[in-house]
Amino acid sequence: MKYVDEFRDGALAAKIAARIAREVQPARRYHFMEFCGGHTHAISRYGVAELLPPAVRMIHGPGCPVCVLPVGRIDQAIGLALQRGAIVCTYGDTMRVPASPAAGAAPGALSMIKAKALGADIRMVYSAADALKTARAHPAREVVFFAIGFETTTPPTALAVLQAAAEGLANFSVLCCHVLTPSAITHILQSPEVRRYGTVPIDGFIGPAHVSVVIGSQPYEHFAEEYAKPVVIAGFEPLDVLQAVAMLVRQVNDGRHEVENEFSRAVTRAGNLAAQRVVADVFELRSSFEWRGLGEVPYSALRIRAAYAAFDAERRFGLHYTPVADHRQCECGAILRGVRRPADCRLFGTVCTPESPIGSCMVSSEGACAAHYQYGRFRDAPSVAAPSA
Amino acid sequence: MSFKPDYIRPLDLRHGRVDMNHGAGGRASAQLIEELFVRELDNEFLRQGDDGARLPAPPPGTRLVMATDAHVISPLAFPGGDIGCLAVHGTINDVAMNGAVPLYLAASFVLEEGLPLAELRAIVASMAAAARAAGVPVVAGDTKVVEKGKGDGLFIATTGVGWVDERIHLSGAHARAGDVVLLSGPVGEHGVAVLSQRESLEFETRIESDTAALHGLVAAMLEALGPGAPGLRTLRDPTRGGLATTLNEIARQSGVGMLLHEAAIPVRAEVRGACELLGLDPLYVANEGKLVAVCAPERAPLLLDAMRAHARGRDAARIGVVTDDPLRFVQMRTLLGGRRVVDWLSGEPLPRIC
Repeated sequence: MKYVDEFRDGALAAKIAARIAREVQPARRYHFMEFCGGHTHAISRYGVAELLPPAVRMIHGPGCPVCVLPVGRIDQAIGLALQRGAIVCTYGDTMRVPASPAAGAAPGALSMIKAKALGADIRMVYSAADALKTARAHPAREVVFFAIGFETTTPPTALAVLQAAAEGLANFSVLCCHVLTPSAITHILQSPEVRRYGTVPIDGFIGPAHVSVVIGSQPYEHFAEEYAKPVVIAGFEPLDVLQAVAMLVRQVNDGRHEVENEFSRAVTRAGNLAAQRVVADVFELRSSFEWRGLGEVPYSALRIRAAYAAFDAERRFGLHYTPVADHRQCECGAILRGVRRPADCRLFGTVCTPESPIGSCMVSSEGACAAHYQYGRFRDAPSVAAPSA
Repeated sequence: MSFKPDYIRPLDLRHGRVDMNHGAGGRASAQLIEELFVRELDNEFLRQGDDGARLPAPPPGTRLVMATDAHVISPLAFPGGDIGCLAVHGTINDVAMNGAVPLYLAASFVLEEGLPLAELRAIVASMAAAARAAGVPVVAGDTKVVEKGKGDGLFIATTGVGWVDERIHLSGAHARAGDVVLLSGPVGEHGVAVLSQRESLEFETRIESDTAALHGLVAAMLEALGPGAPGLRTLRDPTRGGLATTLNEIARQSGVGMLLHEAAIPVRAEVRGACELLGLDPLYVANEGKLVAVCAPERAPLLLDAMRAHARGRDAARIGVVTDDPLRFVQMRTLLGGRRVVDWLSGEPLPRIC
């Protein structure tokens, strides 16, 4: 496949890996957080970690849209379908995230896919435009698009709202759970584990790929400077990740903390201005939003402006948000902050598996737990010798 | 007044639809069976019109093999085939994976009220063509009708029987460390062809389903190996759940691990492209005309040559080895040079979003 294979080339990977190994200094530490689930997935799926020297450690960040969605938001979406009879359209990944259990039921007993089996009309869509199509096809039903994701999925939601307004679609609304990358990164950098206790050593970030296409590289400049952490924006292909690690290693060695752009084939400093305008037209900042794992994060999410109130499911259905505590032993929160690793969690691989996830990190293949379970689990078993063949 | 012979107006195969009468067991049922099913699937056993088919006993030195498969695919027709030929190929392949010669099929049809007779006839005709091409007749059948909304147009369950040389013992439990894993051709075509027709996706593709009967390929492989097929441990067709799931099944049954080489696994560029767009992994996408063989290392070159000499195995490849691993991990050396687990498929393959 042209334009993709070039970024998965094994020979080139070996060269970059050798260069990283050469440049890593024995006395230094290189702990880098890849913010995005897309990077987590690429690292696991292509076995990138194995190509890195032991001194370089990758810490999985919270950039997995499904993972950071709190239980209370899933409950809202299920409630709209089950109690209000709405057609709820959602991205596929969201379907399996555990919701609050019904009274007396076991944790993980309800999710959108299980609500569907109970009769809820929940439909998987590939885009916000598909949700609009559904609304047009069922004018007598309420159709709600469950809008989740970072800055990558926000512009299409904004366009869907604008399109619905232009058409005067009276039965379409959006349950907006869009969240913002820079505020999440700042939140992690300000967390006591990073700042005060130093229990989560972070020496640099691999910056988001698709998110940065939209917002540009400029928003990261502030915290590279303020927190003295290098940032390298990288694409989602495995060679992008390796190259970004090489660039971070150099910055650490040189004592620099700059925003560098490895993904220059798609990311500019200013980003996609047209997309930013559409988003600004439809959405405004929420003063606070609950993230799973990070808790309430100020100014970290978007809601629909009053001018488009008719398309805001929260206003339209008079929804109130009720926070719901995670399973007591679930470590998703600590894992999303980089404090713990998936295998540290007592639920990992026992009661919490991709078949019956307890925490959200086990749901999406971009989640740290699911990626480790599906691709990297063999590393936890020292008895398995690396076979040679 | 003269006696009027029993006259029934022929089925309206052009505009008619299945209704509840067709399942009631009366004249309408008999008419549907005679004018549509028996006419299309015609053979000496069906023509007898009895409740079951009387078949020749297996010759000495053989054992009977039996397999069954239910087909519930949506949409009913897809690029490269339909539920009719799929129902024939699926069961023939299950019989053939035992190293057997498939001989006879039986088919049960669950029809949904309202299904156009023209559509039903096209599907039964495709089934008949597949059965004829494979030389495996449908010798017994049954039809039931369910109310509208209680079936997805049409479900077909087929059962097959065949004979296997009693010296041949193939099983998913026979793989052992050091064995070689062979694959008969590129993976993912069936699943991508079907997905491309789903209402919510509808993407343009030239990819066709690989649905095909594999007993010819199996016969060629067994012949190359000689009497008793020494060294051949396992044959399996990687259908639902794809190659990854099939290899995990074998690893679990045999109590072994595997190490695959991503670079050696054939995947057509169109399939890779479609999977890339949909966020799917071709290793988890269904096939309907491929097989996996596990064999002793010294037999692998011979077996691979025999596969490549057959039309259904032209792109056959050696994709990995069986390893000694009590944890039964199927691992893969990636294109990039790293290593990863190739795990079981979990849930429906849901596309990723960003």
